[in-house]
Amino acid sequence: MSGAGPATRGTTGFRLRRHGPLATGLTLILLLAGVALVSLVWTPFPPSKMQIMQKLKPPFEVGLLGTDQYGRDVLSMLMAGAWNSLSIALFAVALGAGIGVVIGLAVAAWRGVLETVTMRGCDVIFAVPPILSAMMLGAFIGPGRWTAIFAIATFMVPVFTRITVGAARQIWTRDFILAARAAGKGPLLISWQHVLPNIVGPIIVQVTIQLGLAILTEAGLSFLGLGLPPPAPSWGRMLAESQTFLRAAPWLAVLPGLAVALSVLGFNLIGDGLRDRLDPRQRGRA
Amino acid sequence: MTSAPLLRVDDLAVSLRLADGRLLPILSDISFTIGRGETLGIVGESGSGKTILSLAVIGLLPESAAVSGSILFDGKPLTGLDDKSLCRIRGSRIGLIFQEPTAALNPAMTIADQIAEGIVLHRGTGWRDARRQAIELLDRMRIDQAVRRADDYPHELSGGQRQRVGIAIALALEPELLIADEPTTALDATVQQEVLGILTEFVREKGVALMLVSHNLGVVAHMASRMLVLYAGTRMEAGETADVLGDPHNPYTRGLLAALPGRTGRGRRMASIPGTVPSLAHLPPGCRFAGRCADEIPQCSQDEPAWRAFGAARGVRCLRALTTESV
Repeated sequence: MSGAGPATRGTTGFRLRRHGPLATGLTLILLLAGVALVSLVWTPFPPSKMQIMQKLKPPFEVGLLGTDQYGRDVLSMLMAGAWNSLSIALFAVALGAGIGVVIGLAVAAWRGVLETVTMRGCDVIFAVPPILSAMMLGAFIGPGRWTAIFAIATFMVPVFTRITVGAARQIWTRDFILAARAAGKGPLLISWQHVLPNIVGPIIVQVTIQLGLAILTEAGLSFLGLGLPPPAPSWGRMLAESQTFLRAAPWLAVLPGLAVALSVLGFNLIGDGLRDRLDPRQRGRA
Repeated sequence: MTSAPLLRVDDLAVSLRLADGRLLPILSDISFTIGRGETLGIVGESGSGKTILSLAVIGLLPESAAVSGSILFDGKPLTGLDDKSLCRIRGSRIGLIFQEPTAALNPAMTIADQIAEGIVLHRGTGWRDARRQAIELLDRMRIDQAVRRADDYPHELSGGQRQRVGIAIALALEPELLIADEPTTALDATVQQEVLGILTEFVREKGVALMLVSHNLGVVAHMASRMLVLYAGTRMEAGETADVLGDPHNPYTRGLLAALPGRTGRGRRMASIPGTVPSLAHLPPGCRFAGRCADEIPQCSQDEPAWRAFGAARGVRCLRALTTESV
């Protein structure tokens, strides 16, 4: 190939532009997952062990990242918090995606009244901010891990329903679906065997993007005291508690904030990277 | 074997309900029969309603379609059957071959699985067994190294191979009736021959009745014992293929025959029928072929001529047919 189009320009630079975001995102998330898993068996200090004598020490003075107002090791808390954030986000997205995709497939297969009712239901859920629905849910069943998971999942269901309906309806217009119907297959079988395998791409992309969003929402919920109850460490509550000491110990705010930001960034980069690779229509766009 | 035809279509009319509530007639006054093991060729230009006719027979018309008339399959009406009973007939007793093999195959499923799933669904065989049968079928469709190709996805095959997979899917359950909607139109001329050869071989061997929909007179002349000529959504002429092609009574059939390449001398322009098929939304009041017809007389554009049956299973729709001056 001797053509000097943009596609053949400088191989290294091109590869980096093409794969850079995906690789960066994957690195960030693998790091996060690794830290979260390690925290289950080892942290530098027990994450909720208080040492009042060592309180509010800056990074490198005590421990690697300093201590908080009770003398707890910030690195240990961040590590344990990573596990809590990640596990809640994973559960919530799995639940939301599972329910949303099933509803979406059913809507695309049967249409009619089901479609109208479901889509308007989605609109209603969309109209309520997730934080608000989490507060209502928290008021009913009390704050905790499952409150956070259910609250976030509730908000995810319509997102996945819409994505699935949109993608699945396109597949339903294709000839091979007509062929499947001509072969005597019912809507259930067609949805499972022919529609779902052809829409996994956009669903996977959405899963990664929503994972980032779930981590952000979880941090928001625990910031408001609706997440995991203390003393379980969580990034959101670390942020909330740091406000009092913003002048004296800015690292208490910066570090968990950075953790949340990098996690969300990681998932979004993966989502964007995957979309570029899985969705040919988006390919080549700036 | 019963004497009643396998498929009997009587006075079939199909209209589509448009967004503004009006009905757009697609097909009207269609009647024909197909006996067991018989091949009926259905010929027509693009827009003549061929595809809608195939879909109507297998009950897969869009929901906006309004159907009148009757379709009897093996003596039982197909129109008005509920979805469940239709699903049992589709695939297992009536097979369908599509025009575009690329579009008719699921891109995310291996070809063996696509052939096998029909067998699993209708016969209740295990997947392993069904896959073995699928590979046998692929082999008989003359796909080289069928065992190795079985796990290929559709995009890894050539167009001709894909259509052979399509035929394998339609024939996997040895249906009594096979509907082939332009089965070779999307293929190269050389590949067409091969695919038609395979199709004929199977149809003969299994005694399958074939409804061959095509715009290609050559293919129909070659494969069908009887034929039906459609124009703008209605039948113009029907009968034994040899009779219709040897002694066409409708000027439209004559025009189609004259437009075949090779009929005119070397170096001459190919004959064609002037004009285009009228839009179904604006059909002329009289004969639908009026305006393009070489033998037109003023009465042609007054009332639509009725279908007239004559001779041995022949029929024609033309005012001037069967009168001395027309032939």
